Amino acid sequence: MNKLSAKHSLLSLDSTIIQKCIHCGMCLPSCPTYQETKIERNSPRGRIALMRAIAEKRMDLTASFAHELYFCLGCLACQTACPVGVDYKTLFEASRQDIEKSKILNNPLRLLARTFLINYLFLSSRRLRTFGRLLRIYQRMGLDRFFKSLPFLPAKLKDMLAQIPSIAPHFSFELIPPRELPINTPTRWKVGLLTGCIQDLVFSKINRDTADVLLYNGCEVICPPEQGCCGSLHAHNGEMETAERLAKKLLAAFPIEELDAIITNSAGCGSHLKHFSDLFPPGTFWRKKAEAWDKKVYDIHEWLIKIGFSPPQAFASTNQSHTVITYHDACHLCHGQKIKNEPRTILQSLPYVQFIELEESDHCCGSAGIYNILQPEMAHKLLNKKVEKIKKTKASIVCTANPGCLLFIEKGLKKHHLNIQTIHPISLLAKGYKLKDTGSSPFLQ
Amino acid sequence: MASLSFPNEALRSLIDHFPESSLLISKEDLIPYSFDATATFYHAPLAVLFPSSIEDILWVLQWAKSNHACILPRGSGTSLSGAAVPQKNSIVLSMTKWNKILETDPDNLTLLVEPGITTQAVQEEAAKFSLFYPPDPGSYKISTIGGNVGHNSGGIRGLKYGVTRNYVLGMEVVLPNGQVVWLGNKCVKDSAGYSLKDLFIGSEGTLGIVTKVLLRLIPKPQERQVILASFPTLEAASEATSAIIKAALIPSALEFLDQKTIECIEAYSPAGFPKESQAVLLIESDGHPQAVQDEIIRISQVLKQYGPLEIKIAENPKQQEQLWSARKVAFSALARKAPTVLLEDVTVPRSSLAQMIHKIQQISKTYAVEIAVYAHMGDGNLHPVFLGDEKNKDLMEKVFRAMKEIFLYAIKLGGTVTGEHGVGLAKKEFLAYQYKSEEFQLLKNIKKILDPDNLLNPGKIFD
Repeated sequence: MNKLSAKHSLLSLDSTIIQKCIHCGMCLPSCPTYQETKIERNSPRGRIALMRAIAEKRMDLTASFAHELYFCLGCLACQTACPVGVDYKTLFEASRQDIEKSKILNNPLRLLARTFLINYLFLSSRRLRTFGRLLRIYQRMGLDRFFKSLPFLPAKLKDMLAQIPSIAPHFSFELIPPRELPINTPTRWKVGLLTGCIQDLVFSKINRDTADVLLYNGCEVICPPEQGCCGSLHAHNGEMETAERLAKKLLAAFPIEELDAIITNSAGCGSHLKHFSDLFPPGTFWRKKAEAWDKKVYDIHEWLIKIGFSPPQAFASTNQSHTVITYHDACHLCHGQKIKNEPRTILQSLPYVQFIELEESDHCCGSAGIYNILQPEMAHKLLNKKVEKIKKTKASIVCTANPGCLLFIEKGLKKHHLNIQTIHPISLLAKGYKLKDTGSSPFLQ
Repeated sequence: MASLSFPNEALRSLIDHFPESSLLISKEDLIPYSFDATATFYHAPLAVLFPSSIEDILWVLQWAKSNHACILPRGSGTSLSGAAVPQKNSIVLSMTKWNKILETDPDNLTLLVEPGITTQAVQEEAAKFSLFYPPDPGSYKISTIGGNVGHNSGGIRGLKYGVTRNYVLGMEVVLPNGQVVWLGNKCVKDSAGYSLKDLFIGSEGTLGIVTKVLLRLIPKPQERQVILASFPTLEAASEATSAIIKAALIPSALEFLDQKTIECIEAYSPAGFPKESQAVLLIESDGHPQAVQDEIIRISQVLKQYGPLEIKIAENPKQQEQLWSARKVAFSALARKAPTVLLEDVTVPRSSLAQMIHKIQQISKTYAVEIAVYAHMGDGNLHPVFLGDEKNKDLMEKVFRAMKEIFLYAIKLGGTVTGEHGVGLAKKEFLAYQYKSEEFQLLKNIKKILDPDNLLNPGKIFD
């Protein structure tokens, strides 16, 4: 067993990681699943107790345990709450890896879905784009509406079809050249821009906005056209070896040495991208490359604060009315990367905006990667709570920095017939740089 | 998971009676109920029941009696004495879903709640009416009122505001014999016979199952100020505390943290504690703004006589909150230092604080056991934290010997082995040192009268 897999199995994990939990219960109020069920096995300390029982061979890895680990959102709110500093993420990923190795949850449908999504589609940017093109045609022809109107289709399948997000008219490489220089400002930094997988298909505009914001703030933008998925999805779902393959692709795609920073605008990816070195055994070629990489990966908000970004200017003359906005903390930004203040500082710098704090802004919205597809019931409970809190702020715009959250919250707001826009903070900032003097709330135009 | 020693047909009748959604019996469900927040005690229950009515509780009591099983009423399982760890043939009665506010009565300043509500939710409800529920245990965000009543929980505001006992006006209790009784009422005064409710406060679930609690609220203090004072020695900080009490100054909190504790807290979330000092005092004054101003000045004057390195006053409510939140995670944060941490809560008369602190340092050296100390200094309640390692038998042996010596010394000073955590499993060995035999017998007699079949949480407080 090499050192990589040692870190990714409960049985060979350094026992001090698991023993660190003193079951004090400080994690309980932060855990969305425990708060819903009030059952200890659905809590972080309960799950860790089960992991420990397996690691100490007091219990077998059972299907019930496996289901429990897929009932966990992996939101990492417990890591923020834990005063002891238990590394739940490592324990969680090791458990899921063991579960997938054991094949205990395998059934034909699950196998098919996983094989298609995780081991086929998200493995290559070419396949993803081909799939995206097909989806785009399907959606343009109105076939999605047609399928939804078929009376004989099971409700569950219709719901799944409804989950498919609209594919953007262009992919990122069609919007962002491989190299772009600032126009009106001197070039102060040279940064790489990660375009992601889901963002590339659905949110290529956010990628373009990110490039615009970087250029405006004096960054030369390097954006390789072939990037693909970073492997975060795979690491969170017990496919560590695939995660390793995808990481190598990215490490090779960027001229790491030349860059001051490598920028991501997706919270879920960032949380994984910053820890590529964990994937490779110490001393190896890839480990060294990954260590250099890890030091340079920044979330876009983090980077903008670090370099001292320029806030958008207000107009000198007219009296514009203000737009109320709020912000939802994506779990893998606030818990996974401890980035809470930076996006707020950016949003509060915008003119004509009134920023209202969202209650329980750092509680998971239920999206959690593919969780909302696998555990729709719990996911929708959390989503409804989130929508209620958003409603309370009376905001017209809710900002959040993760594609999954953007899609899921948008869905929730629509379901409740609320006319509230979901926007990535960086898109709002990009808009702020191009404001037009219209005489009314400029951000709602 | 059927226990080997427990008859299967008995368990069957339990399973048949309750719906699947309210009774947990699988191994994966029971392991997470085999502990509370205390190190070293583990035992899985036979089953976990979420009762949906008083009838469910009565049924399971009868069932336990017929089948020689026992019942452990449980809140969030954050007990620090092992009181919420199941023993042989235990059914855990989880009250966490009984978490409603039944009545807020601002005319009488009372709040009627179910036992599974969290301490924080009670504090928040009180605040909605500009009222105040002072008991404030470190686990307040998740600890339940039922658990607080069971342990007579304290917290940081004990010296001015007292503990849970001082805020319980009444309760509904299911007795082991199946009777449901109401003890207490909304009256401020009540001399009608024995104060029976008081018997159940601090009883650790050994006498009855509390199903409703009537709480007393007080007006919210208008103003708060927080002082942070650092000292070059532990003794100087202890003596300063005794001097504050002697000057008849009663701040709303007077907390002590040693250097090890500060270091761990700062590692979790930097709150601005001075890392280089040997000890700090965190003092809060609350009440009428003028009285607070006056008290802060007088406390500062006393502090200055004991050679502080620095005296700071928190500038705004945000800074105050930061210091208190940081203080409340002290215990868990100390777990960064060692694989196994044992937290005790010996309490001594406040004139003896410096002596007790000094003795703890001595014992730590004698046994070569690392002991961190933080304390609710103002009420004499110390938290020595023993840094051990469950896997190192030699070290644990030394830890327990050091612990015993600390307990005995506290008793010698006229103190108690537990100020706020309760006896549970962790301290029952030492109770006999604190009580004379006839006093100890009195405790046991009360249990015998109320629970002759030993159905409720047996083996806790005493055997």
